[in-house]
Amino acid sequence: MRLLRLWPDESHFDFMRFRRVTFPLSAVLSVVTLVLFITVGLNYGIDFKGGTLVELQAKPGRTADVAEIRHTANGFGFGETEVQELGGEGQVLVRFPLQAGEQGQTAVMQKAHAAFDAGYDFRRTETVGPRVSGELVQSGTIGVVLSVLAVLLYLWFRFERELALGAIVGTLHDIVLTVGVFIVTRIEFNMTSIAAILTIVGYSLNETVVVFDRTRELMRRYKTIPVVELLNLSINSTMSRTVMTSLSTTLSLVALVLFGGEAIKGFAVVMLCGVVICTYSAIFVSTPALIYIGLRLSGAKASQRESGLPQAAE
Amino acid sequence: MLRFSRTKIVATLAVILIGLSLAVPSFIPADSRKAFMASLPSWFPSWIIPSRAIVLGLDLQGGSQILLEIDQPDLVRSMVTGLRDDVRRILREASVSPEGGIRVINRGVELRIPDAAARAKVMPKLRELAQPINNPLAAGGQTLTVNEAENGTIQLVLTDAGINDRTRRAVSQAIEVVRKRIDFGGTKEPSIQQQGSDRILVQVPGLQNPQELEDQLGKTAKLEFRMLADSPSGDVDLLPSKDEGGAKVPVERRVMADGSDLTDAQPAFDPQTHEPMVSFKFNLRGAQRFGQATSENVGRRMAIVLDNVIQSAPVIRSAITGGSGQITGNFTVKDANDLSVLLRAGALPAKLTVVERRVVGPGLGRDSIEAGEKATLVAAALVIIFMFATYGVFGFIANIALIVHVGLILGLMSVLEATMTLPGIAGIVLTIGTAVDSNVLIYERMREEARSGRSLVSALQAGFDRAFATIIDSNSTMAIAALLLFFMGSGPVKGFAVVFILGILTTVITAVTLTRMMIALWYTWFRPKALPF
Repeated sequence: MRLLRLWPDESHFDFMRFRRVTFPLSAVLSVVTLVLFITVGLNYGIDFKGGTLVELQAKPGRTADVAEIRHTANGFGFGETEVQELGGEGQVLVRFPLQAGEQGQTAVMQKAHAAFDAGYDFRRTETVGPRVSGELVQSGTIGVVLSVLAVLLYLWFRFERELALGAIVGTLHDIVLTVGVFIVTRIEFNMTSIAAILTIVGYSLNETVVVFDRTRELMRRYKTIPVVELLNLSINSTMSRTVMTSLSTTLSLVALVLFGGEAIKGFAVVMLCGVVICTYSAIFVSTPALIYIGLRLSGAKASQRESGLPQAAE
Repeated sequence: MLRFSRTKIVATLAVILIGLSLAVPSFIPADSRKAFMASLPSWFPSWIIPSRAIVLGLDLQGGSQILLEIDQPDLVRSMVTGLRDDVRRILREASVSPEGGIRVINRGVELRIPDAAARAKVMPKLRELAQPINNPLAAGGQTLTVNEAENGTIQLVLTDAGINDRTRRAVSQAIEVVRKRIDFGGTKEPSIQQQGSDRILVQVPGLQNPQELEDQLGKTAKLEFRMLADSPSGDVDLLPSKDEGGAKVPVERRVMADGSDLTDAQPAFDPQTHEPMVSFKFNLRGAQRFGQATSENVGRRMAIVLDNVIQSAPVIRSAITGGSGQITGNFTVKDANDLSVLLRAGALPAKLTVVERRVVGPGLGRDSIEAGEKATLVAAALVIIFMFATYGVFGFIANIALIVHVGLILGLMSVLEATMTLPGIAGIVLTIGTAVDSNVLIYERMREEARSGRSLVSALQAGFDRAFATIIDSNSTMAIAALLLFFMGSGPVKGFAVVFILGILTTVITAVTLTRMMIALWYTWFRPKALPF
């Protein structure tokens, strides 16, 4: 039986050469994301924006009349409502803006039930008051910042300083670009999105750490090799694993996008983009970044031996 | 290291089998789980298949989740009212009357006693109102500060620590009241938990429209018996009266008896008018206070005040010493029912406000489970085919490890009675993709080592040894992110974090131990000369 071979066994591809393209590209994309973040902003969901969300399902044998729903909902006088048809048959999502005071949201719910109970079933309703939404923004931000700090600490202890810095550059890059995906696709940004970002932080490091583990090992083995060559060797020798893992993760995420249902689709799409971003950045951003960070091959001058024997790094 | 002793194999298999069997109850519908347990032969040890199962989150099984917050301004208001009553009592007992009465100021009360002698008489008593806070975190703190100015002005102001302490106690009190009010509903299995310092999370599976529940929880249910005042001046409050169509009526501030003295309340019908009413019983203390109040005020009207609304104000015909009475007030049967539940459960220490509400209908939950199952199966099929196509026999081994891996996550979740949510299902699907990473790391390393000229056995060995450090490193970084997610996240997101953390734990068992054992067995049985991929 002939087995699948996605990456050649002995590859000597010059990945580092691409840094002259990928560094400016990543920098531009990051800056564009930051600009978009300030000018356009994220499409905050109800968790962070507050307000009321109602998912309606037309009763059996009836169809959803979006125009009528919009007309009725706007007639409540709670401000501009958003009405959106969902993928499912007769399913409509209605979003009401945040009302002043905690009780304001309850009034929205009551009116919505009074107006739509006759023709529709309520599949889901969510109400988030002003205080809770503010706190969710806060705890979400703290969560992402803390995770980056915690990971930084771990890397600091576990790896040489230059490698830790390179990994952090890659992780920040991946967070920024993932946020960019949220901004461009207009996928709703809510608590699950924070989960997606934290998972991407984990995945991004996973990718980088696998390469850097090899870099560290090679540093100890070959003490006189030029940095660029060392990094190329690290990536080439881990590439077949990178291809396998990215593909298997992609396969499972594709299944999630296609079959996981409307409620989880946004999460799955972002994760899918995240996996692509993380794989790209491990190869083309965080590893070449080591060249600029100034990865020093310790003992390069002291020892001329080139052997596979384990030797202390410093 | 490719030699696995028989004991080691048995031990590994036993751990895995037990882990997998833990998940069994989660695959049996809750209503037939008991019957299934009973159908197991009696020799079967019950700890292998315990009755514990994964709990479905509200987003999957449908139901209502309400986050309530103690209304702190309301609580402070009632604290100030209580303070004013205390001060008034002290002044009355000492026969001292303040110039211009007792004024309510921000978070406290103020009064002026110009006469130094009279002031000296009440000051010690007033200072006693400040209580030390019984909380190690606020050591030495007092519930209020008492200030005495030169001109005879006395201020009693609540401290922040005092208010926070009271809030803390109010939340635990409120949880008890909420529990009694909901549990009265019967078969529902609500979950009521404190969240943060001033919030209560109420989850009721299956409840589709929480409006009625919210109405019931939103009422303070503070019941007071006070005398109607003759004139609207002096120590009176103007309260709306149901009898007079909502018009405000003066009521004395002094409370003769209140709801905390009730032992029981039941809906009933007035024997004369056949109108619904609520009959109640006082405890001993309440009966005495009520008896004394009614005997001193025969012929006057007593207001029955519920949440600052006069329900009715009957004339006291004779002293009521039996310790029971009725509340009437144009109730419907449902009103009378609800009110008696509220009175039995007791009053809330302060108003509760809904700050967050999430309701999921049964249809959506069912759809989510179906979609989740489908996505899981498709993802598993794709990854299994991919692994087999790439690694052949070793892919097959990785696939067994993968299936065991997912099974162990479910088994652990069952023992922990963890909550499975929609993001949790997404976590399982994602795990299917990432779990094979450890196997891939090991296999690719083996291939490299074999290529560099090592013998098969030494390549297999080196693959495990060299990849191990990387597996630990990459899983640790994932674990850090997942742990933070667990501590920062709420509800559904937490379910995702749980799946992820357990997945990282079990990957060590499956990818390292189980895979190694299967490869060792493969080597012993087939004695191959080269890697199969």
